[in-house]
Amino acid sequence: MIRLPLLLFFSAALFSIGVYGVLARRNGVLVLMSIELMLNAVNVNLVAFSQLWRDLAGQVFALFVIAVAAAEVGIGLAIILLIYRNRETININEVNLLKW
Amino acid sequence: MVTALTLPALVRAEEIQAAGAPGLTRYAWLIALLPLLSAAVILFFGKRTPGGGWIWGVLTVGTGFVLSLGVLWHFVTGGGAHAAAIDWFTIGTLRMQLGQYVDGLTAVMLVVVTSVSLCVHIYSIGYMHGDRRFTWFYVALSLFTAAMLNVVIADNLFQLIVGWEVMGFCSYILIGHWWEEHVNSSSAIKAFITTRIGDVPFLFGVFVLVAATGFTTSNIQEIGHLVSGGEMARGVVAIAALLLFGGAVGKSAQFPLHVWLPDAMAGPTPVSALIHAATMVAAGVYMVGRTYEVFLHADPWVLQLVGAIGVTTAFGAGLLGLVQDDIKRVLAYSTISQLGYMITLMAAGPAGRNAAFFHLFTHAFFKALLFLGSGSVIHACHTNNMSEMGGLRKTMPVTFWTFTIGSLALAGVPPLAGFFSKDELLVALEHDHQQVLFWLLLAAAAVTAFYTARMVLQTFFGEYRGHGHPHESPLSMTGPLVALAGATVLVGFLGFAGTGAPFFDWVYLEEPEAVTFVPWVAALSVTAALLGLAGGYRVYRRWREPDPITALGPLHRLLANKYYLDDIYWRGIIRPVRDGLSAAVNWSNQVVLDGIVNGAARVARWFSEGVRGFDERVIDGAVNGVGQTAGFTGGLLRYIQSGNVQRYAAFLFAGVVILAVIFTRI
Repeated sequence: MIRLPLLLFFSAALFSIGVYGVLARRNGVLVLMSIELMLNAVNVNLVAFSQLWRDLAGQVFALFVIAVAAAEVGIGLAIILLIYRNRETININEVNLLKW
Repeated sequence: MVTALTLPALVRAEEIQAAGAPGLTRYAWLIALLPLLSAAVILFFGKRTPGGGWIWGVLTVGTGFVLSLGVLWHFVTGGGAHAAAIDWFTIGTLRMQLGQYVDGLTAVMLVVVTSVSLCVHIYSIGYMHGDRRFTWFYVALSLFTAAMLNVVIADNLFQLIVGWEVMGFCSYILIGHWWEEHVNSSSAIKAFITTRIGDVPFLFGVFVLVAATGFTTSNIQEIGHLVSGGEMARGVVAIAALLLFGGAVGKSAQFPLHVWLPDAMAGPTPVSALIHAATMVAAGVYMVGRTYEVFLHADPWVLQLVGAIGVTTAFGAGLLGLVQDDIKRVLAYSTISQLGYMITLMAAGPAGRNAAFFHLFTHAFFKALLFLGSGSVIHACHTNNMSEMGGLRKTMPVTFWTFTIGSLALAGVPPLAGFFSKDELLVALEHDHQQVLFWLLLAAAAVTAFYTARMVLQTFFGEYRGHGHPHESPLSMTGPLVALAGATVLVGFLGFAGTGAPFFDWVYLEEPEAVTFVPWVAALSVTAALLGLAGGYRVYRRWREPDPITALGPLHRLLANKYYLDDIYWRGIIRPVRDGLSAAVNWSNQVVLDGIVNGAARVARWFSEGVRGFDERVIDGAVNGVGQTAGFTGGLLRYIQSGNVQRYAAFLFAGVVILAVIFTRI
């Protein structure tokens, strides 16, 4: 049985890495991967508290998150691919048309 | 007895019923209403009606004529008077009503007005053919007929005034029918203002009478009962009678207000026949006879004044008829003179009043006939001047014969209408011992015969002196002439003692009076007429230039200048009023009133300028300021929208962090 604070620290670290990746990386695929990291940090938290409270709802919820994340990555990769086809780049600093 | 007039649910009417069934008298008000409807219909739909709308006037007045005969039949068969009224409004104790009072006199007047009006309506189809205001002419003609009929049937003084004034208005617009010529519109104004001078006393007279009843009624019959019952002070009655008589002097063209009638001849001839000969000018006489109790019970000097003015008019206007060249002006002075006869007779008591109405009755027919005949002549010759006529006997036989019948009736030759009525006048004066009036009117009859002979001889005999080729008028004009000529021959017998004088069984004040035939009076009257005619024939047998009447010298100058009355009015009244009073009023209007008005306008404008400044600067500024502030702020804020997804994400996380801090602190 792993102790709860350890799990929470792990989760927080994972989340922070994800946030860093989203905010700092220029590669669109890496941004998507960082989002996956944050989602998984959430999953870790859900499972940890599920264990603590002896409530399976948390684990069921984690399964749902995994499914949604899969869908999200599917759409996200499709968008990245289309951007690449159109603009020959996946650097998201250059994908800034949606502005004033 | 309270029954409805016609519409039981809508109109409640009071009927004061004499013995016997009311018969058609209940519907007498319809006779007056029909022409009013016709006027409205012609006004709005006349131009769309084939022929220009005359059909409506002829139909309604014709219906009215038939109804009038029905109403008269009620009295021929011995029916009694009938009164009915509906409430109009109430002021304090004074209950205003709209009503009708139908007695024999009303019935006779209804027949006179509708028959002459019908003739004139038909006659005008031909006479006014092609006139540019044909339809409008018929509107005014119908409206006038309605107003006159309203005067005739009115049971109270206020209703009478309404009809009285509408008549004056119609007279004004019809005299000025051809207003493009300045003299016509001036004549219209003169007629309107001159009669108005009489109308003002009339209005005050009505006020005095109504005030004397304690403001309880304006009903003519009730006032008559109060007066004859001695309920009013004699002085008040005298004042009221005098003021009422002022209205008659204006409307019936009596001296000294007669000056408008000759100038009223500027209107179309059918109008002269209807309004200025047969009906409207007779309204003054009718009004005096209708309110006769007031005159009868006033101080005696009132009736003496009435007689004096009447006889002055009868004689003075007759003399003026001698020197006129305009055929219509001869007839106009003749009308004034005959109206003077009627007014004179008002001074001779109830019998005189009835005789006056008989003369009004016959005069309406033969004078309408004469005017329409003169219209036919004018239509053919395109001139009013007898000096440019002559010899029309051959070219216009129908006009000639009917005109001659009318002229002989006017001169008083038996057995035509004028003879009988003049005879009755003289008999009534004789019975009332009015010797002076008797002989003066007899002399006036001779003068009448003289100028009548002159008029006929100059117009129809000798050689034609005008231009072009005169021809007989169309049937629509000769038809009414023949009808009126027939009436002129026949109606006189209604007042002849030999036929029982049915007229005087219809028209009486309290009791029907016995009518007697006085041979020596008749002989005198015929002698006067024949003398006048013979004198006229002697002088005017042949056309002579200049007119032999100029041989009278200074008297001729006096007559040609109409006794200088117009000049006296012009110098003594009109010019001082115009140059003094009107100028002062004009000055005060131009300077004072306009100054006030302009000043007010200037202040308003100045104030408006201020308001405009406030509006433009403050209110518009506030509105624009709000807009500009919003635009400026938006311009600043738009730079946040950079399009950089990662910056958005950074804001997102920053927001989450802030929220987390806030919520965990709580």
